[in-house]
Amino acid sequence: MTGRRAVLLPTILAFGFAFLYVPILTMVVYSFNASRLVTVWDSVHSPTLKWYGQLFQSGQIMDAAWLSLKIAVMNATGAVILGTMAGFALARFGRFRGRGLLGALTTAPLVLPEIITGLSLLLLFVALEQLIGWPAGRGVTTITIAHISFSLSYVAVIVQARLVGFDESLEEAALDLGARPATVFLRITLPLIAPALLSGWLLSFTLSWDDVVISQFVAGPGSSTLPMVIFSKVRLGVSPDVNALATLMVLLVAVGVVASALYLQSRERRLAREMRMALGA
Amino acid sequence: MPQSYLQLENVSKRFDDFVAVNNVSLSVERGEIFCLLGASGCGKTTLLRLLAGFEAPSSGRLLIDGQDLALIPPYRRPVNMMFQSYALFPHMSVERNVAFGLEQESLSSSEIKRRVGEILDIVKMRPYLKRKPHQLSGGQRQRVALARALVKRPKLLLLDEPLGALDRKLREHTQFELINIQQQLGVTFVVVTHDQEEAMTLATRIGVMDHGEIVQVGTPRQIYEFPQTRFVADFIGSVNLFEGNLVEDEPDFVRVQCPELPATVLIDHGISAPPNAPLWIAVRPEKINLSSVAQQHPDNWAHGVIREIAYLGDWSVFLVRLDSGREVRATVANNSRKPEEQFVRDSSVYLSWDASSPVVGSV
Repeated sequence: MTGRRAVLLPTILAFGFAFLYVPILTMVVYSFNASRLVTVWDSVHSPTLKWYGQLFQSGQIMDAAWLSLKIAVMNATGAVILGTMAGFALARFGRFRGRGLLGALTTAPLVLPEIITGLSLLLLFVALEQLIGWPAGRGVTTITIAHISFSLSYVAVIVQARLVGFDESLEEAALDLGARPATVFLRITLPLIAPALLSGWLLSFTLSWDDVVISQFVAGPGSSTLPMVIFSKVRLGVSPDVNALATLMVLLVAVGVVASALYLQSRERRLAREMRMALGA
Repeated sequence: MPQSYLQLENVSKRFDDFVAVNNVSLSVERGEIFCLLGASGCGKTTLLRLLAGFEAPSSGRLLIDGQDLALIPPYRRPVNMMFQSYALFPHMSVERNVAFGLEQESLSSSEIKRRVGEILDIVKMRPYLKRKPHQLSGGQRQRVALARALVKRPKLLLLDEPLGALDRKLREHTQFELINIQQQLGVTFVVVTHDQEEAMTLATRIGVMDHGEIVQVGTPRQIYEFPQTRFVADFIGSVNLFEGNLVEDEPDFVRVQCPELPATVLIDHGISAPPNAPLWIAVRPEKINLSSVAQQHPDNWAHGVIREIAYLGDWSVFLVRLDSGREVRATVANNSRKPEEQFVRDSSVYLSWDASSPVVGSV
């Protein structure tokens, strides 16, 4: 029994990991391939870094990367601000008029097909432009707005969950000690929900960084994000520099995810412990 | 009308259909420790939150030192609160926690430092200045919470179940320390508790609350020895309650006939009740004497069989079943180390009490 299990478990594990990571590994390996043909391994000149070098010389790709980065940062920041507000409204304001509607609206983008979100946003932007002349044309502004509109839902959910577990007597104590509501928010509430805000920010950043479908709808000429560029390049046939680019993106995301997970975990654990101990529970 | 330091005038608080505080009027003098005592859900915490400003009264007025609190937000009230959970800020050290309140006033940093040090000396927490709340024990956290509330020099300090989270040994110690600190600083305390022992030791006066109303206000002794209502008699301490009818009413004594007792109950003061009025009688367990021989008096005795004996060290509690079937509690101080051999389980026993012991009231 134990003998069979000792074989079975590692096998399942190996298959699982292979299923998840072999495609990515293949891509990483081929990014060092010297051959121009992606499917043929040139064992004479490989491995090589020439595709990486080409990548950094390609204006199109560097521009797109820079654009994506700008949009991702703006999106993450905007989504954290709006999402926090929504999270507060849902967690704190009790049963106000329209609470159900707000709850439904904030969770809708989580389940709505992206293609519908993209299409509806495009229609909205076109209609707005005709009515009030803003946003004029489609580009960075429309992509950022579109990204914020779905990212904020994730932030709202995270913040709301955090606030539900938050002991409100801490805020009351601060009020009681003479702090005005704004001071209470900045010195008590904000530091204590900071981990939630940070993970919301990182999640929003990632969502924006790799979004193709919605961007495709609301982007204009000359505002192609990095995923859009990759997508259009691949449609003309996979070229080796795309492998290199994708490898870099995987690396960036992996480092970011691992670092933030480690940081959040330690901070979260510490805060939870402090909270529990401070409340004497 | 002479103004009290803290005055509540017909204060009510309603939440939708629920009346949490019902028409409470109360005055507390400067320097008092006033305890609001009641079971959970009786409105005592709501009353405290009204004073702190976290809730607004539905009607009535709250005055401190003649100043109406109605339009003052919690962050400007001369009132501070010690929370039941202590509510120490988990991301700040002891020092920062205590300094937080002073930082909200425009004080110089040297003044803040001096006052934080001063108050931490009083609660004996100076050595723990740099610790975070999670590095402190329950008793230490309680002291920090107290220091944080007192450092603002409030006119009124509100304490919500101040000793609730401490274990028994620590509680007894802390109770007396709390009284010491209060006397040292002369701050007026309003304490909320459901623990009558805590209320008895801390309070100069107690207000007993039931269903949002204050049913009796008095010193601990008054509340215990002279409860005005059956609820108070029953709620404070343990008590043997009997129902009966008035049979003899003179200016300096009354006699009450209780169906559950073999003899009439003689009480050494008059009451104002119509003849034959239904009354309740309360006799505290420690005021009942046990004897193995029959009583000579015509009044104030009963006979029964000992059902249970609980030896508590300093006291023994006897559960006696009277001939009427009614069970009565009696406590006896264990003054002597010799066992009282005559009182064993299932032995016959006579109970008696003084005419000054029973409390009487109309049903």
